[in-house]
Amino acid sequence: MNNSNLNLLIGLAMGLNLLALGTSRLPALIRAMSVQGVILGVMPILMERPDWRVLLVALATIGGKGLLIPGLLRRAMRTVQIDRELEPLIGFVPSLLLGAGGTIAALALTHLLPLLPEHAGMLLVPGALATVLTGFILLIGRTKAISQVCGYLILENGIYLFGLLLIHAMPLLVEAGVLLDLTVGVFILGIIVDRIQRAFDSLDTRKLTALHE
Amino acid sequence: MNSILDLILRLDCWLLLAPLLPGIINKVKAWVAGRRGPPVLQLYYDLARLWKKGVVMSTLASPAFVMLPAVTWVALLGAAMLMPLGPLGAGLSFRGDALLLLYLLALARFCTAWAAMETGSAFEGMGTVREVSYAVLAEAALIAAVLSLSVQSGSISLAAMLGPPIGASAVLLAAGLFIVLLAENCRVPFDDPNTHLELTMIHEAMILDHSGPPLAAILHGASMKLLLFAVLLVQAVLPMGQLKPWLAAVVLAAGVLGVTVAVGLVESLLARFAFRRVPLLLTTAFLLCLFALLVAWKGGLQ
Amino acid sequence: MKSLLLILVPLVAAAVALVLPGQRRRPLLLPVAGLIHAVLTLWLFVDPPEVEAGAWLAFDPLARAVLPVVSLLFLVCSWYGVNYLRIRAERPNRIFIAAMLAVLGLLSAGHQARHVGMLWIFTEAVTLAAVPLLHFNGTPRAFEATWKYLLVGGTGIALSLLGSLCLGYASLYGGGDGQLTFVALTGQGACLSRPWVLIAWVLLLVGYGTKMGLAPMHTWKPEAYGEAPAIVGAILAGGVTSVAFTALLRVRAVVAAAGAGAVADHTLLAIGLFSMLVAALFLLGTRDFKRMLAYSSVEHMGILTIGASLGPAGVAAALFHVWSNGLTKGALFLSAGNIRRAAGSPSMDDVRGMSVLTPHSAAIFVTGMFAVTACPPFGPFFSELKVLRAALETGHGWATALFLGCLLLAFFGLTRVVFGIVDGRPRPATKAGSRRFGETAGVILPPLVLLALSLWLGLFTPAMVSDAWTAAVTQLYPAP
Repeated sequence: MNNSNLNLLIGLAMGLNLLALGTSRLPALIRAMSVQGVILGVMPILMERPDWRVLLVALATIGGKGLLIPGLLRRAMRTVQIDRELEPLIGFVPSLLLGAGGTIAALALTHLLPLLPEHAGMLLVPGALATVLTGFILLIGRTKAISQVCGYLILENGIYLFGLLLIHAMPLLVEAGVLLDLTVGVFILGIIVDRIQRAFDSLDTRKLTALHE
Repeated sequence: MNSILDLILRLDCWLLLAPLLPGIINKVKAWVAGRRGPPVLQLYYDLARLWKKGVVMSTLASPAFVMLPAVTWVALLGAAMLMPLGPLGAGLSFRGDALLLLYLLALARFCTAWAAMETGSAFEGMGTVREVSYAVLAEAALIAAVLSLSVQSGSISLAAMLGPPIGASAVLLAAGLFIVLLAENCRVPFDDPNTHLELTMIHEAMILDHSGPPLAAILHGASMKLLLFAVLLVQAVLPMGQLKPWLAAVVLAAGVLGVTVAVGLVESLLARFAFRRVPLLLTTAFLLCLFALLVAWKGGLQ
Repeated sequence: MKSLLLILVPLVAAAVALVLPGQRRRPLLLPVAGLIHAVLTLWLFVDPPEVEAGAWLAFDPLARAVLPVVSLLFLVCSWYGVNYLRIRAERPNRIFIAAMLAVLGLLSAGHQARHVGMLWIFTEAVTLAAVPLLHFNGTPRAFEATWKYLLVGGTGIALSLLGSLCLGYASLYGGGDGQLTFVALTGQGACLSRPWVLIAWVLLLVGYGTKMGLAPMHTWKPEAYGEAPAIVGAILAGGVTSVAFTALLRVRAVVAAAGAGAVADHTLLAIGLFSMLVAALFLLGTRDFKRMLAYSSVEHMGILTIGASLGPAGVAAALFHVWSNGLTKGALFLSAGNIRRAAGSPSMDDVRGMSVLTPHSAAIFVTGMFAVTACPPFGPFFSELKVLRAALETGHGWATALFLGCLLLAFFGLTRVVFGIVDGRPRPATKAGSRRFGETAGVILPPLVLLALSLWLGLFTPAMVSDAWTAAVTQLYPAP
């Protein structure tokens, strides 16, 4: 697998960042995030000499970020019956422009950082920085819990992208990143549990007043 | 002698083929909707009919009201002459003609806007404001696209710029330019050319008070602009500098046809966007072209 | 082996708690596991094991200097917890107890982690394990607090992973062989790539600083401490923050070895002073006595960070402060929990005259307040004095002045709230509500014991404990 094809995939992931920033529809946001997850999951397989540990990370990433978490998020979306981000704190056009500015800045900044010769031609570092920034913009700029979770996932994708630099030298650190998905799981669980709990709470209080009267 | 013949052929080509595009678009839309639709040559009939009619002028309007559509038409024709056609080259070509192309397009828009405001009608003023405010955003995207082409080829002459691009930047550019094409030519999802409600019109609202030959000039000019953008889009994306002239002509024609059909499909499948969502789409187009520029630039560095 | 047991015993107890039936008997697991843990810790503290240089988890001098106080705090809190859970018998406690024990085990692991990745994994795990603790009350407000904790804490954790990756890249760029133990990284020293080390430092400072609750990443703290049960607040403020603090100390040693120690110290000092200032200003405005404790905790994290920036003497003082702050804050949290339960509200708008309704808790609360604002002769007075001395010796005059100013402001803020709720005549509503809460020995003695420990630590600091701090400083500042 040569660098230019890998760079193409990273470029695609960066494009998905902008898609995530620009859309107001939550299903589109979830789709952008999960497609990005799958692209990132495929990347280590395509890199040179994948051993079984790398394959395991790749499979966990594809399964977790591409299938499991988006499925859970869609379920949470149905539970809370929200499918649009209507009043973001940072508007869609400003966040798009911020994201694009950040991407350009990341590309420019990478020239200043010392990189090993085998990483110099790759877009991994700017891609990671831009994706982390996108995640931050979503985390800060959106008000709906599901969008924030998506932002967190994109932030995580950025970290994973950076981790690919180290996947052969120190696989443990990259594998540890899968744990972050657990945080996301707790997030989504929180959304669902809160909804159910509220439903029960309101039922309970209604019962209580009925008994008093 | 040969060059004069070449120029005349080119002129005929642009003048005669341009009104075909709106006809094809309408046919595609009719076909998707399961109707028979107007004939493909409908715009030709309309133009002929308008040409025979007289001009009605508002008492408020100055003679510029009649002259400006003509200037618009000439500016667009001039822009068309600058546009190279694959290996056939352009009618006129010199260093920096890309800039002239941009300015001619701007001049055409300026003249249409001015003519629209001559009558002092509220609808036309409103249409003008909308058209120009979209144009500001669309122009940024167009300039970014031209810049990226120029950086890619290291030249500011259209013939060299529309050489063979490769890689990811072509995809980005194609998407960006297609959105610009839709915006610049007032197609769905930016504007609905078939609407009958003045409040929702953009381009159509601007030409409400025109009649007779000036209206024909405006309609024909608009179709030439569509063709111009289609040709630009096809050439910016498809590398056909190395092809034989006849093959290139076929590829170009097929490409333009493809773009036209795509516009028709977009119009049948998409609804018009709300005004507040339009800036988002145009910003996307701008960013697409900007990233094409970035890819071209980074590619040039390595 | 014993050091592994420190981790395994609480985790096994957590698993037992998950399967054990009996809502009433289950809380007893807390003191049992806490006692075993404390005995093991004491054993290890008195007889420290040999530490292999390449070990990923070990009871090294730094763990020896901090872990005992966490264990002690947990033991006393678990005693309180049994009584607290008896009062709150209406809430299911299966998950709560399991999470509490899991937090203890993971904290022990986090303190002992000598590997960048291990440290991160355990910090992440502690963050997740604490979620059910915060959500114990199950109210919408508790949910909001948990959500904020998870969002801010999760982001911090994500950033610290990015920082760890950057540290890894710095090592790789410097010709490292993929070994990510702190010993190996420190050994690489100046070979580490400086730009990457600096980026890693900033990210790790923000990441672990979020966990510690340094301003401006402290926003989760008031919410979480305000809504969580008192023992959770005590464990979070005394245990979870200290694991993030030792993480920062370990990372700082690597950064210093890479030749950027001065930069690290400057950033630590700046962020510490900023935390103190923010906390002092918010303390002047808050009207909720549990949120007040959170801001006080932010202030003390600032003091720890300032101590960490002042060289060996400062780090020793900071470790002292980890102990004195942990114990005193524990006493404050537990007595505040009693008052909160009796008064039915945490706001000084609704609560008055608690010295009449809950005289013992109010007395402990007031004394604890004086202790935590560094009045002699309690522990915090001596530890903060040491931090000040270290600051003056290293020539940080302006920082010292700001430090003292913030302490003064915090003193005003704390006394304002504490006397506001303790003094005066109780409201009739509060009086009626407080009858259901009895001040039994089970809820009075634990905070009293913690306060006594703080006093003892201040007056008669055992030589063995201060030796442990010195040993930890030697580990962090190896003689050249």
